[in-house]
Amino acid sequence: MRAEPLETKAPEERRAQRALALRRRAGRVAHYALLVGMAVVVAFPIYITVVNALLPSAQIGARPPTLFPTHPHWGTFVTAFNEAHLGIYLRNSAIVTIAITAAQLITSVLAAYAFAFIRFPLRAVIFMVCLATLMVPAEATILPNYRTIETFGWYNTFPALIVPFLGSGIGIFLFRQAFLGVPRDLRDAATLDGYGHFRFLTRVVLPLNRPVTAAFGIYAFLSAWNQYLWPLIVTQTNSVRTVQIGLRQLSVTNFNQIDVVFAGTLLGALPIFVLLFVFQKQLVRGLTAGALKG
Amino acid sequence: MSARPGAGNARPETGNARARERRLSRAAHQAGVAYLFVLPALVVFGLFVFYPLVKTAYLGFFTTPPAPNLPSHYVGLTQYRSVLSSSDFRESLWRTVQFVLYTVPAGIVLGIALAMLANRRIAGIGIFRTIYSSTVATSTAVASVIFFTLLNPQVGLLSYWLGKKGGAGVLQSSSLALPAVSVVTIWQNIGFTFILMSAALQSVPEDLLEAARVDGASSWLRFRAVTIPLLSPMIFFATIVGIIGGFQAFGQIDILTQGGPNNHTLVLIYDIYQWAFKYDNTGYAAVLSVALFVILLLLTFAQFWYFQRRVFYAR
Repeated sequence: MRAEPLETKAPEERRAQRALALRRRAGRVAHYALLVGMAVVVAFPIYITVVNALLPSAQIGARPPTLFPTHPHWGTFVTAFNEAHLGIYLRNSAIVTIAITAAQLITSVLAAYAFAFIRFPLRAVIFMVCLATLMVPAEATILPNYRTIETFGWYNTFPALIVPFLGSGIGIFLFRQAFLGVPRDLRDAATLDGYGHFRFLTRVVLPLNRPVTAAFGIYAFLSAWNQYLWPLIVTQTNSVRTVQIGLRQLSVTNFNQIDVVFAGTLLGALPIFVLLFVFQKQLVRGLTAGALKG
Repeated sequence: MSARPGAGNARPETGNARARERRLSRAAHQAGVAYLFVLPALVVFGLFVFYPLVKTAYLGFFTTPPAPNLPSHYVGLTQYRSVLSSSDFRESLWRTVQFVLYTVPAGIVLGIALAMLANRRIAGIGIFRTIYSSTVATSTAVASVIFFTLLNPQVGLLSYWLGKKGGAGVLQSSSLALPAVSVVTIWQNIGFTFILMSAALQSVPEDLLEAARVDGASSWLRFRAVTIPLLSPMIFFATIVGIIGGFQAFGQIDILTQGGPNNHTLVLIYDIYQWAFKYDNTGYAAVLSVALFVILLLLTFAQFWYFQRRVFYAR
């Protein structure tokens, strides 16, 4: 092969290279076409919701459909926020979600600290009990929980939405795993410096475990925000309804004002979209934590 | 025994009774702190997880009277037997399984396809990644209301494109309602699955794929023989999470169909909800809840078993 004259090979090779380059470019174009096509499919429902929220009510049902708002009606958002109560729903969701997230962080960190750093009788058993909660789906316990809430006189109040979720088995598990990785030398050094448990926890352990704290915080926030079945059961009036139940209400009662339904849905989704863009990295870590942490 | 923070060094102090006593009281103090730290979570778990679980099983032993003021009857396991052998239970369980079969495999295939598409370092890929993962920001209620309007027979754009304008809508059709609810669910979950599969794809070593390419493996063979096996732990995880999520799917049913038309989307969880809060038949709902719990328990065990295997492999 090496003996072959160069002149005959060169044009052939050049042609082959040109064909390859052409095929590669065609491949890239096809790849982009696929990427764009899938992006259109995935993004279409949200896109059309934005468009319809900005169209006047009468134009939404018009055919052929309007796919771009030439005269956007921003006022619909104001209507949704005030008259369709989205403002109140969002406030309620914020109260409930922030309370649950903060409480789950606190109770999980405290319990995980005890499991990771303190020896005490029945430690293994109590830890197993906490893990066992992971196997009980909330859906299987709604009946007695509903009665408990009624007994406490909490029906249609914020405590009903918050108190049952003050603890998290997943949180305890994740934090304990992370805390076990804190080097022993640090514990000894902190002890020598006269740190008590609380100071060791707040000055050493937590600063070392910011990533897992952020990841679990996001996870807890999303789970609390997205709750549907429980808030549906224990709330009755707009004053405590969360945004998920509010959206259901919106689709049932405001259907004759369809532009308001679209605008309200967007307002309801907006906080999490903002969160997604601000905390993209932590969100991904929080969502994959269950899969990647062994 | 090892040193513990706050406890100082564990000096061997044989014979010194006072020092031993001090050490014991220090251990008691340590335990006290630990119990104090664990207590808040345990109280919540006891009150809202374990007590209601036992109570649900207990409620299943009593039949609910036809009128609210009559006493309920203890019937032992009879109610369990009659409910679990009823066609109502069998049908709602089968519908749930159908829903899982519609949503999970399609969702995972789509998730892998999108992750593969977006796994190339080319210009503008960040925008596509953001779009593909964007549906994690939509809650079940948001996704459901969006599709509820899009599928509305009068004004819905999807109904128009599907040629269903004016007539009975997709959600009112006994054969199309469950597939429609499944499509909404797949769409809502696509962002999550995409994120999972992208994370897994990024851990597939580049040189392994390169080696396969040098050996002359076609892109399909590389995908089948290298990528898929390396993705398999994540695929398994996504499958289990998807199945468990499928059994818990409630919001989309509630907003889109309320179990209708003619019970064609009446999945197990919605059945429980109706018996408990619409028909006020606590006993019946309790038995169904126990059934749901057992099913999810088995699925969770599968998940734990998988975790243990992974930990074993990782070490």
